[in-house]
Amino acid sequence: MKSFSITLATFVLAILCTSLTHAQSVGPSAARDNSLYVALGEKTGIVQLSDDFVTRLVADKRMRPFFEKTNLPHFKLQLADQVCMVSGGPCVYKGADMKSSHANFDIAKADFNALVEVLQQSMDAKGIPFRTQNRLLALLAPMHREVITVQ
Amino acid sequence: MAYPITFWKIALLLGVAAISVAAQADTGKLLLTGGVSTIEGAAGGGLSPWAVIGTNATDGEKGAAVHVTRASTKDYGLNSAGAVIGFNNQYELSFARQAFNTGITGPQLGVQNLILKQTILGVKARVAGDAVLNSDTWKPQIAVGAQFKSLDSSGLDATLTTLGAKRAGVDLYASATKLFLAQGILVNGTLRATKANQSGLLGFGASLGGANDKYRVMPELSVAYLLSSRIAIGAEYRAMPNNLQVAGQAAGLGQGLQGDAWRDFFIAWAPSKNFSLTAAYVNLGRIVPGTTAGRSQTGTYVSAQLAF
Repeated sequence: MKSFSITLATFVLAILCTSLTHAQSVGPSAARDNSLYVALGEKTGIVQLSDDFVTRLVADKRMRPFFEKTNLPHFKLQLADQVCMVSGGPCVYKGADMKSSHANFDIAKADFNALVEVLQQSMDAKGIPFRTQNRLLALLAPMHREVITVQ
Repeated sequence: MAYPITFWKIALLLGVAAISVAAQADTGKLLLTGGVSTIEGAAGGGLSPWAVIGTNATDGEKGAAVHVTRASTKDYGLNSAGAVIGFNNQYELSFARQAFNTGITGPQLGVQNLILKQTILGVKARVAGDAVLNSDTWKPQIAVGAQFKSLDSSGLDATLTTLGAKRAGVDLYASATKLFLAQGILVNGTLRATKANQSGLLGFGASLGGANDKYRVMPELSVAYLLSSRIAIGAEYRAMPNNLQVAGQAAGLGQGLQGDAWRDFFIAWAPSKNFSLTAAYVNLGRIVPGTTAGRSQTGTYVSAQLAF
């Protein structure tokens, strides 16, 4: 038992260390799987989620300042398209890329995390299972590199 | 290596700093991603430090947290209280004060009501990565840390001196933490260079009978599964040096001072950003089996953390 556990620990560490030098990206090929899109309730479910999420964002005192000049109906549609596309759905997001659309804001990691929190609340409200929520978050979280402008 | 006075000065400073940091609220880390407080004070699981920086504070913020922990095994009780401060999601300072009730072992060594008290000051620095947000790579968050440990003078001093064990020591460690977000699985591996016997509660190293009185690198592993955004379950394994076994043999105690790895199964619950409760089944292996009929020290572990 003891030596097994030590072997296991060493093995996991070795994997983690090796991965440092061979960082792998989960490429676009993973997005061809549309099971997440289906789990989110396809276009209808995603549009409802986007509506609820944006409503919560502007109601959140931490997030409101970022959306004061935003055209909300347009933003909801773009967001729905983006979530639909990332989750493997048949949509095409035609909006600005993440870097330029956030460049004019002072966005810290705390703001990014606050947005994730609001999204989690919204997904809870829409009855999206925790596991499905995490699958979506795992696709969105790497956007922190383009979205966060204040280190 | 005896520095209790400096220890308390630093502890006091840390306490004051924790209170002043706590005065500023509204920090922005995601739930449970700062880990909980280990029994040694650093942020991590219950027994093993992780590469995460404790508290709710993320980049550009300061945060503080305090904890109280109680572990009760068949023959022993271990209480721990402490504080942790996180700076900029980059540096962590921690403090823990432990009291180990030796139960029936003290009287058998000729000391009534033997309670061993240890103070631990910890520093940790994140050197790379983000355990949570970099979900498109396998790269973990990596941190390095040190724990400065000092055992109070007690009725055990003479025994430790005979065994050639010291009452102060420094642990050095490196940790790698990765949250596999899509799967909701967190893995942490820690390698710790240490001389500590039972985490330092029974001193550091041992030289009697040619015991290996050198630093040894011991592996630690934690795995957690997120059941919801508020509840995580998991298990931990922490290997420990066994220097006292050889010294104990030389002292005529046979295998009486043999030690084993520590392990646990835990459930952590964070009803809010500011509060978490952790309960665990622990198996600390044999601790002075010579006086406890070789029993494995299984039992319960409960810890509460308040974060600001």
